[in-house]
Amino acid sequence: MRNRKSFTHYLILVLVAVAVIVYITPIYWILATSLKGLADITTKLPKFVFEVSLENYQKLMPSDGVPGVTHLFLIEVLVGLLFFGFFSLFDVKLPSALSIRNLGLAWNAVFVLTCLYSFLTLQPLQSRFQTDARFNFLLLIFCTVIAYLLMAPFKKSNGIAPQTTRKQLLTLVLPSVFGTIAICVALANGGSKYFYQLLNSIIIGGGSTILAVGLGTLAAYAFSRFDVAGKDDLLFFILSTRMLPPVVVVIPIYLMYSALGLRDTHFGLILLYTTFNVSFAVWLMKGFIDEIPKEYEDAALVDGYSRFQTFLKVILPQSVTGIAATAVFCLITAWNEFAFALVLTEVGGRAVTAPPSITSATGSSGMDWGKIAAGTFVFLLPVAVFTFLMRNHLLRGVTFGAVKK
Amino acid sequence: MQTNRPYTASRGMSDYQLKMAFIMPTMILLILMNIFPLLWSLYLSFHRYKASMPAAPRFIGVRNYSRLLADPEIWGYFQTTAYFVVLAVAAQFFIGFGLALLLNRDFRYKGFVTTLLLLPMMLSPVVVGLFWRFILSSDNAGLLNFFLSPFLKSPIGWTTNPKVAMLAVVIVDTWMWSPFMMLIALAGLSAVPKSLYEAADVDRASAWFKFRWITLPLVSPLLLIALLFRTMDAFKMFDIVYVLTREGGPGTVTETVSMNLYKLAFRNYNTGKACAMAYILLIIIVALSNIYVKYLNRVKGEA
Repeated sequence: MRNRKSFTHYLILVLVAVAVIVYITPIYWILATSLKGLADITTKLPKFVFEVSLENYQKLMPSDGVPGVTHLFLIEVLVGLLFFGFFSLFDVKLPSALSIRNLGLAWNAVFVLTCLYSFLTLQPLQSRFQTDARFNFLLLIFCTVIAYLLMAPFKKSNGIAPQTTRKQLLTLVLPSVFGTIAICVALANGGSKYFYQLLNSIIIGGGSTILAVGLGTLAAYAFSRFDVAGKDDLLFFILSTRMLPPVVVVIPIYLMYSALGLRDTHFGLILLYTTFNVSFAVWLMKGFIDEIPKEYEDAALVDGYSRFQTFLKVILPQSVTGIAATAVFCLITAWNEFAFALVLTEVGGRAVTAPPSITSATGSSGMDWGKIAAGTFVFLLPVAVFTFLMRNHLLRGVTFGAVKK
Repeated sequence: MQTNRPYTASRGMSDYQLKMAFIMPTMILLILMNIFPLLWSLYLSFHRYKASMPAAPRFIGVRNYSRLLADPEIWGYFQTTAYFVVLAVAAQFFIGFGLALLLNRDFRYKGFVTTLLLLPMMLSPVVVGLFWRFILSSDNAGLLNFFLSPFLKSPIGWTTNPKVAMLAVVIVDTWMWSPFMMLIALAGLSAVPKSLYEAADVDRASAWFKFRWITLPLVSPLLLIALLFRTMDAFKMFDIVYVLTREGGPGTVTETVSMNLYKLAFRNYNTGKACAMAYILLIIIVALSNIYVKYLNRVKGEA
């Protein structure tokens, strides 16, 4: 009996392994194709053993050489991730909070200086897009400073919101995230079309995520804690805006944007993506805020905090995980969005995001599948990383916060 | 649920002001970006209007609607969509539920394996769909044809043969979305109390009996949610068709309603008619999503 049971167990494991192979093969094939030379792609039969070549990735780079700053940023990103991995994965005995803070400060300072250097030295090229890309460096500096101020443990914890070591470690990772963006900026400024579109995706996705999560958190708090007239109907209305097919909404939006001159602008797309992400953010954040015990707030109110202070000092710190999960989902949705971007931007336009431009390679009979694979892989990589980071929240995310584990 | 506060905040905004300040921005954004455009398109749906022409909209009553509803081609697109929805959702349901049953036990690296299987769901349908065209290429160089070549006389033209093009779209959609079914089914399965199975074991119940009378009734509410959600999503299918079969080809074999609407609005610039079509679609979707949300609230109440 026992023997038979273990046999079925192994049979099932084999089946699971087969399923994983079937599901991962297309993704593996994207990676494999992106690493093949042209001769290995256009064979009669698919080639599984091939010589690794980076020529497809080189096609994505600027035609007149990679700017030197890119390497600087790359080194910074790698060292930052190394620091983070060293402290978080290997369970190294953590130095005191102060020394991590100093390390974080130094790391942020190095990054800011590199950004400043590249802003001053990079020559704007003679193209209508390039000055935009240059000013992104200033934006990055601003973001880094703000992020550091938010993350770094300046004060001792006040008991309500304990400063975790994880949060301190974020001061090391944030410059790495911004560094990746800086690489895109440097390459876009160097004349790479692909990275310019990727940068557009980052700007539009990031901007709409910040707006949607901000608005969504506020509305979710109000829905969760107050009596709102017709609450269920309002919540249904909010959700239903998300359920509309994009093709239906996009026709009047197209006319409206044409009239207002918002077509093919970053602001227009950010506004639109915020709209469809905000409904999602409200529903998800309401689930997270519902879980915070009301007693915490009552205690703070008794202590003489006003409602708004309670929201800032009790609710927000308690729902950091929820906010992060919601933000990642909004980011992924905006990153992957296609129908709106297709209609509201022009091919090769100012604000075109990556999905429409990757797919606009269609048309002519001879498609450069190697280049498409390389572009696709770079585009999918961040989503894959975030999926693994968010794996405990996936269920909530895909069911609008209704099903919790 | 509702706060019944005996104390009122003496400083700052009153609760009412705070509530309004928190909710209003979201509502204003949604009204400006969703309701207002929808009203505008309702207005346009009663007019003859082409966005590419300078001529002002001309009122023609319900002629747009009556023409659309009398057009057998439109019903053809609805049929195509329904065919796709049934095929894709059924395939996703069985494969996803099957995978969930396989994964519903303890083994090493379970979390990692599950996340790996969930990966396709998170990726961009349009970008991955484009690459699937390479995997499904009609000669033996296509990966799928290569794996099937021992069983076939000649390679299948997945995206070019009208007979199998829909199957190609279903394959890609199933690869992408059966993990979604799996995720939700897995959540349902892991919530079934172990004691029920133990009790059934004491009574020497067969494996089928346990599945039919313990697993299925307890998991079905969640499965129904997943089915509804996928049905609604599949009904809107646009991205994969756009890239995989080049805007609904070959011919109009895979042209779904959304694809047809896109062509009507942005290829022919028949804006008035497209708005009417959008409204027909909208009514169907709202009806579906109404059922969905009602059901969602009920399950939430039980959980």
